[in-house]
Amino acid sequence: MSLELIAQEGRRLPANVPARRVAVDAQQWTAVARQLQEAGAGLFTLWGADDRDRDGMFHVFAAFLVPGELVVLELAVAGDRPVYPSLERGFPVAARLQRAIHDLLGIRADEGDARPWLRHGGWPEDRFPLRKDFDAATACPGVSRPYPFVRVEGEGVHEIPVGPIHAGTIEPGHFRFSVVGEKVLRLEERLGYAHKGVAKRFEALPLLEGHRLAARVCGDSTVAFSWAYCAALEALAGATVSPRTASLRALALERERIANHVGDLGALGNDAGFAFGLTQFSALKERMLRLNREVFGQRYLMDYIVPGGVRSDVGPRTVRLLLDEGVGIERDVVALRAIYDEHAGLQDRFKGAGQLTPSIAKTQGAFGLVGRASGIEQDLRVTMPWAPYGELRPTAALRMEGDVAARVQVRFDEVMESLRLSRLLLEQLPQGSTSAPVAAVDSDRIGLGVVEGWRGPVMVALEAGAPSAIRRCHVHDPSWQNWPTVDHAIIGNIVPDFPLINKSFNLAYSGHDG
Amino acid sequence: MLNIIKRIRRTGILSDAPPESDQPEARVRGIHEHLHRVFGRALRIRHVDAGSCNGCELEIQALTNPYYNLEGAGIAFVASPRHADILLVTGPVSVNMEEALKRAYDVMPEPRWVIAVGDCGACGGIFGTSYATRGRVGDVIPVSATVPGCPPEPMALLQCLLHITSHPGQP
Ligand code: SF4
Repeated sequence: MSLELIAQEGRRLPANVPARRVAVDAQQWTAVARQLQEAGAGLFTLWGADDRDRDGMFHVFAAFLVPGELVVLELAVAGDRPVYPSLERGFPVAARLQRAIHDLLGIRADEGDARPWLRHGGWPEDRFPLRKDFDAATACPGVSRPYPFVRVEGEGVHEIPVGPIHAGTIEPGHFRFSVVGEKVLRLEERLGYAHKGVAKRFEALPLLEGHRLAARVCGDSTVAFSWAYCAALEALAGATVSPRTASLRALALERERIANHVGDLGALGNDAGFAFGLTQFSALKERMLRLNREVFGQRYLMDYIVPGGVRSDVGPRTVRLLLDEGVGIERDVVALRAIYDEHAGLQDRFKGAGQLTPSIAKTQGAFGLVGRASGIEQDLRVTMPWAPYGELRPTAALRMEGDVAARVQVRFDEVMESLRLSRLLLEQLPQGSTSAPVAAVDSDRIGLGVVEGWRGPVMVALEAGAPSAIRRCHVHDPSWQNWPTVDHAIIGNIVPDFPLINKSFNLAYSGHDG
Repeated sequence: MLNIIKRIRRTGILSDAPPESDQPEARVRGIHEHLHRVFGRALRIRHVDAGSCNGCELEIQALTNPYYNLEGAGIAFVASPRHADILLVTGPVSVNMEEALKRAYDVMPEPRWVIAVGDCGACGGIFGTSYATRGRVGDVIPVSATVPGCPPEPMALLQCLLHITSHPGQP
C-alpha cells in the first residue's frame, strides 16, 4: 500500500497528458496522499460524484500533479454514511474544495473547516444540487445567512468589510480585513458570489455541446477552458486532432495569455499611480482584440475551439497580418517595459509589496503565474507538454522575490515568450484539416483535459453518461490554489495597497465559484 | 520621462484619429457628442457583476481604453450606486448576488436606468435559471434596456447608452 500501488494497479486514464487512475480504500487514500506529498506532488483538484444510482455509492476523486504525470485517486464513499478522510493537512487547497464538495453533494471530509463555501443560503442546507435526485430547475427562495468570519481579538484591532460589489469593474467577492491602524493583520476571503451551478448545468448538455459552457466558466480564460474540455472529450472518444488544429489552438491560447498579461500590466501601472501605462497597454490590447475579431471571428476567441478542431482556419493573408502584428506588439512591449523598469515611483510601489515567499508558496501549493513569481518552477507547457508544446519547447518564467514586482516581471517574460511561440506556430503551421470527427463515447468513462492557461493550470474532468450525454463534468481553475495565498501576501501591508496587490494576483471569481 | 513623452507623441490620441465616416472612431465620436448634448453633464455609471463569467466585464473595461474613451466623453464609472444614473448589470443573476443587486438598485437616486448587459443579463444566457441563478436581470429588478451578445462588443454598449439617454424622460 504505497506508491507501488499506483505503479501496479494504476489504469491509464484518457487524457491529453500522461494520466493514471487507481481505486483506493479510505486507508490507502490517506497513506498514498501522504506519500505523494512527501514525494513533492501537488494536489491539482478534488471532486465528488453521486453514483448511488449505479452502485449505491458516492465517489471522491483527487488528482495529483506528480513529475511528468497526473495521478487520480478514486475513493468510494458509502451512500448512507458519506464521509471521507480529509486531505487538508498535507494540501491546504483541499480545505475549500472539500467545503464546496459538501455544499454541492453532501459528502463531508472527516475533519477541518466545516463552514459552507459556495452555499450562501440560496438553497437549504439539507439539499444538495449535484445529487442526481436534485432537479436542476428547483428554485429556492434565497435566504442570506450570516457567515461566521474568524474574529481577530486585540487592542486597537478593527474590521473592514469590502464587497461583494467593488468600486471598479471587477467580479464580486467579499474581503474582511482585520487591521491595526492601516496595517493588515489578517484577511479573510468569502467567495462563491458568482456561483452559477456550472457543474449541474453541464449534466443537461450533450457531450458535443459542453465546450460552449466550458468556454463560459471564466470569460478571460475561455480558450484554456474550452481547449481543456475538448481535450478531455477527444481523449474519451479516441479522436486525434490534426497537427494544424493543435497549432491553431496553441496560437489562440498564447494570444489569450498575451492579451490578459498586457491588460494586467496596464492596470497594475494604473493602480500604482501611472495612468500612462494603462493608456498604452489598453490600446495595445484593444488592437489585439480587433485583430482577433478579424481573423478568428471573436474578440476573446470564445467558441473558437470546438470538438475535433477549431471554428475557422487561417490563410496566407491572415498569417501575414498576425506575424506583422507580433512584430509591432513586441516593439511596443519592449519599449514599455523599459519605461516601467526605469520609473522609480512605479518600482517603489511594486517592490516588496504583497510578498508571497517561496516557502509559503510551496506549502500552500501555489499554481501558475503566482507560483512562478515565488520560485515554483512549474508550467505544464514545459513539465507536461501536450501537443504541440512538446515540439515548441517553451521556456518557463521564474522569479524568486514573490512580490508585486516579481509578478509584473513574470508577465513581461511570459508575453515575450508567448510572442516567440506565436511566431513559431505561424511560421511552421502544418498543412491539413482543422476538423476531425469525434465519435460516440462509451458511457461511464472519465477523461481529463489539462491546459496551462494564462493564470495557471486548468483541468476539465469529464465523465460520459447515457449515449452522448454528460454524466459529470468538473472544472478546476488555479485560483482555488492561489486565493488562499493572497491572505498570506497581504499580511503586514497597508489596506490602500490591497487593490494593487490583488490585481497583481488577478485571480478568478467566476472561474473559482463555478 | 523623455521616453514617455516620445511614446505619447507616437501613439497620438487614438479616439481622435481622423476617421472615415463608416469607421468605428467616427461613430464613437458621434455618440460622445450626443451624450454631452442630452445630459449637459457627466453621466454616471455603476457596474454590478451579478454572476457574470467575467467576459462582459472585459468589454465594459474596454470602454475606457483610448479607442472608446468613455471617460473622455464625460461618462464616469462611479464607486457607489448612490451617485449613479445608470446601473450596468452583467450575469444571469446568481442567487448569491441577488440581494446585493437589489440593494444597489434600491439606493439609486431617480431618475435611474438599468442596462442588462450580455446574453446572460438579457435572457439568462447559457446558464438560464436554476437553483443557483435567477436568469435575466429583468426578473430581479426593473430593466430599461438590454444589450445582447456574449459578450456584447464595446460599440454595442455605447450604442445602448445612446439609445436610452435619447429618451431621458422615460427611464
Ligand atoms: S453574456 Fe457571455 S460573456 Fe457575458 S457573462 Fe454571460 S457568458 Fe459571460
